[in-house]
Amino acid sequence: MRFVPRGQVSTFWTYASPVLAIVLTILSTGVIFWAMGQAPGPAAYTFLVAPLVQAGGLSALAVKAAPLIMMGAGLALCYRASVWNIGAEGQFTIGAIFAGGFALAFPDMPGWLLYPGTIMAGLIGGALMAGLVAFLRTEFNVNEILSSLMLTYVAQFLLIYLVTGPWKDPQGFGFPQTAMFSEGATTPILIEGTGVHLGCLAAPLAAIAIWALMSKSTLGFQLRVVGEAPRAARFAGFSERRLVWVALLTSGALAGLAGMFEVTGPIGQLTTQISPGYGFTAVIVAFLGRLHPIGAIFAGLLLALSYLGGDAAQIDLGLPNAVTGIFQGILLFLLLACDILILYRFQLASPRAKAIGAAE
Amino acid sequence: MLNQTAADGGPYLSLRGVTKQFPGCLANDHVDLMVGRNEIHALLGENGAGKSTLVKIIYGVLRPDEGEIVWRGEKVTVQSPAHARRLGIGMVFQHFSLFESLTVAENVALGMNDPKDRANLRERIVDISQRYGLPLSPDQTVHDLSVGERQRIEIVRCLLQNPKLLIMDEPTSVLTPQEVEKLFATLRRLASEGCSILYISHKLEEIRALCGAATIMRLGRVVAHCTPSEKSAKELAELMINAELDPPERSRRVVAKDAKPKLVVDRLTIKSPHPFGTDLKEIGFSVYPGEIVGVAGIAGNGQTELMDALSGEVPSGAPERILLDGVAIGHSGPQQRRALGGCFVPEERNGHGAIGAMTLSENAFLTASARRSLARFGFVSQARTVDFARQIIRGFDVRTTGPKAQARSLSGGNLQKFLIGREVMQAPMLLVINQPTWGVDAGAAAAIYRALAELAEKGAAVLIISQDLDEIFLVCDRVAVIAGGRLSPPIPVKQATIEQIGLVMSGAAAKSEDGASVREHA
Repeated sequence: MRFVPRGQVSTFWTYASPVLAIVLTILSTGVIFWAMGQAPGPAAYTFLVAPLVQAGGLSALAVKAAPLIMMGAGLALCYRASVWNIGAEGQFTIGAIFAGGFALAFPDMPGWLLYPGTIMAGLIGGALMAGLVAFLRTEFNVNEILSSLMLTYVAQFLLIYLVTGPWKDPQGFGFPQTAMFSEGATTPILIEGTGVHLGCLAAPLAAIAIWALMSKSTLGFQLRVVGEAPRAARFAGFSERRLVWVALLTSGALAGLAGMFEVTGPIGQLTTQISPGYGFTAVIVAFLGRLHPIGAIFAGLLLALSYLGGDAAQIDLGLPNAVTGIFQGILLFLLLACDILILYRFQLASPRAKAIGAAE
Repeated sequence: MLNQTAADGGPYLSLRGVTKQFPGCLANDHVDLMVGRNEIHALLGENGAGKSTLVKIIYGVLRPDEGEIVWRGEKVTVQSPAHARRLGIGMVFQHFSLFESLTVAENVALGMNDPKDRANLRERIVDISQRYGLPLSPDQTVHDLSVGERQRIEIVRCLLQNPKLLIMDEPTSVLTPQEVEKLFATLRRLASEGCSILYISHKLEEIRALCGAATIMRLGRVVAHCTPSEKSAKELAELMINAELDPPERSRRVVAKDAKPKLVVDRLTIKSPHPFGTDLKEIGFSVYPGEIVGVAGIAGNGQTELMDALSGEVPSGAPERILLDGVAIGHSGPQQRRALGGCFVPEERNGHGAIGAMTLSENAFLTASARRSLARFGFVSQARTVDFARQIIRGFDVRTTGPKAQARSLSGGNLQKFLIGREVMQAPMLLVINQPTWGVDAGAAAAIYRALAELAEKGAAVLIISQDLDEIFLVCDRVAVIAGGRLSPPIPVKQATIEQIGLVMSGAAAKSEDGASVREHA
C-alpha cells in the first residue's frame, strides 16, 4: 500500500478531493456522534439536513453563509498570491468596530449618507488592519501568518474594551454592548419576514467580482504569477511589494465589509460576541473552494450549514456546540489529506514490489 | 552464458531488456548495455533519450519495470544508492550535492555510509587525490572552490569507496578545456587500474577521444553499439538524432566602424544579493546592431548576476551604468527596459522564464503584454493574447496541443523555442539569452540558432551567455569571458581559439592582471 507520484496534476482529483473530504468528514462525524451515544444516522440528519428543511432554514443558511463567502473569496485571492493572511477574523472585527463607531457617532445623519458611510467605514477598517500586516511584511519582512493571526487578538481585545468601556450603552443595564444602531445605519432586509439582508446578496456578488478580477484583469494575472512563481513575476517586472499590498488590502476590506454587514444587520449593535469564528472558518472556505472565488460560494454554504447543524445538535440532541468546531476541523484536516491524491496515485500493492520480492 | 564469461574478463556490468515507464513517457524501452572491465564506455544520446533514467536505474535511484541487471556475473536488484555503493558502483552527478559552508573533508564524511569509514579521512583524501592527480586540500571550505575542484570532491568521495564502476553524468559541462584534459588523464588511469567507467555525454569529440566503446540511445531505445574512434563526430551525431545534420552556417559580420552600439555596459559593479553569489566587478562591453556577442564562462562566475542586472531584475543603481540605445537604464526595472526594446530569456525555464502551471497564452502575456498591446483597460485581451501565442507556436514550430496547453506539458526544447519565440516576435532591439540551448535537443537548438541569426540580420543586438564553448564558436561574432565576476574584453571569434578562451575561463588571465586589462579595454 503506497502512494506513487503521478508526475502531473490530476484535474479530476483537484475537484473530487473536496467532495471525498466532505464524504469522509460526514462519516467521521457520524462515528463521533455514535461515540457520544447517538445513533449516527439520525444525528447526521439533525446536523446536516434538519436545519435546511425546517421553517426559515434556508434564510438562516444565507445569513450565516454571507460573511463566510465574502471573506472566503477575499482570502482565495490572497492565497492565490501566496500571501497567507489568516487574520480575517481580526479584520472582520476592526471593520465591525469602524462601522459601528461611525453609526454610533452620527445616529441622526440621513440614511442615504449614513449607510454608505457605514459601509465605507467597514471597508476602511478591515483594510487598515490588513494594511498593518502588509506594512510589516514589506518593510520589515515580518511573516504575515504570525502578524495577521496575532493582530486578531488585538482586535478582539479592542472590541471588548470598547463595548465594556467607552462605547457601552448607558441604558444597557450594564451589559457589555453598545446602543442599537439607528434605523439609517441598519442593513436593509431583502426578503420581508426573513433575515436575508443586503449582505447575503453582496457576498456572492463580491465573489463574482473577485473571480473577474483574478481571471480577466492584468492585476489578477500578476497576483497569480507572483503566487505561482515569484521569480517569474520579478522577471516580468511585477512589483511584489505592490501585489502584497493589493492582496492584503482587498481581502482585509472584504473582511471588514463582512463585519460591517454582520453588526449592522443580524446583530444591530456591537457586543463582545460578534462572530462565532467566521474569519477562521473562512480559511477553510477558501481552501475547500479550491482557492477559487466561485468555489468559495459553495464552500461557504456548506460551512454555514455546520454552524446551523451545531445549534440543532445542541438543542435537539443535547450535544455540545463544539460539534461545529469538530466538524470544521475534521473537514480541513481531511481536505488537506485528500489533496495528496492530486499529485499522488494510491496503489494497494505495487506490482514492482512483488517482482522484487520474487527475485530475492 | 554471460555469467560464465564475467569471471574471465567478460562484461562487468550487463543490462538486458531494461524498461522503465513514466506517466506518458516510455523512458527506457528494452535497453541492453554491456560495460567491460577496464573499459570507458560512453552512453550517448540527446536530452530526453533516456540516459539519465538508465543510470539512475543502475545506481539504484529508480527501479526498472522490466529487465535485469547483471553485475560481475551475478544478477542483482539495486535497492538504493547506498546498496549500489556497497556493490562497488559509484556515481558523480551533474549537479553536485555539496554543502557550501562545510570543508572538503566534512562534505566527504557526510557521504559515507559507515561511520567507521571516517577514520583517518583526511589522510585518505590526500592520498587518493595525490594518487589520481586530483589536488584537493581537505580543510578548504567548499564555497571558496571552483566548479572543477568541487567535481574533484565528488570523484574523491566515490574513489574512497573503491568502486569497480564509476558513472559520470556530463562531467565536462562545467570544466574549462584544460580541466577536461586533466579529468581525462584521471579517468584513463582509473580504467587501467580496473575501475570501469560509464561516461554520459553528448559531446562527441570528447567521447571519440576518451571512450573505447559507446552505446547510443534515442527516444528510450538503444540505436547502436559502436567504437567511437572508428566513427566521425558527424556520424555519431546522426545516429544520435536520426537525421542528416546540417550545421547552421553563419557569415560573420563585421560591424561598421561608425555604428552606434545598442547596448553599452560601463564599469558595472554589483554586489550579489546571495550569500554565495558572485559580485560583478567593473563589467564593461558593448553590443552593436547586427552582431551576436557571446559571454563564455564556467557556471557560477557571475552569469546569473549579469543576466539579472541586464534584465532589470536586480537594478544596478546608477542609471548610466547600462545604456540601451543611448538611454540610461541602469536604475529601471524590467518593464521599462522592455518598453525601450530590451528582451530577455533567462536560463531557468520553469518558474523564471515561464510558469509551468499556466497556459502558453498566459505565458505569452507574461512578458509581451506591453510590446504587443495584449492588455486593454487593465484587462487581458484574450483574443489578442491567444492569437499571439498561436503565432509563436506556428513561427517557431513549437510542438504542442495549442495556446491552452500548460507550459509544463512541453518538453524542454519546445518550451525553450516558445520562450525565445515570445521574445523574438516582440521585435527587440536587444535580445539577451542566458544558456540558449541548455537541456535542448539538437533539432530545437538548430532552430534557435537560426532564429537568433535572423534577428541579428534584421539589425538587433544579440547577447548570448553560455557555458557551451562550441555553441559560442558556432553562432557568435565576438566572444568575451566571464570569470570571477569580471568580464574579459570581447574579441572576434575568428581570432580566438578554444584553448585561449579556456585559459581565460579558468580565471588565470584575470587574476594575473588584477582586472586592469578589463578596465582599459572597456
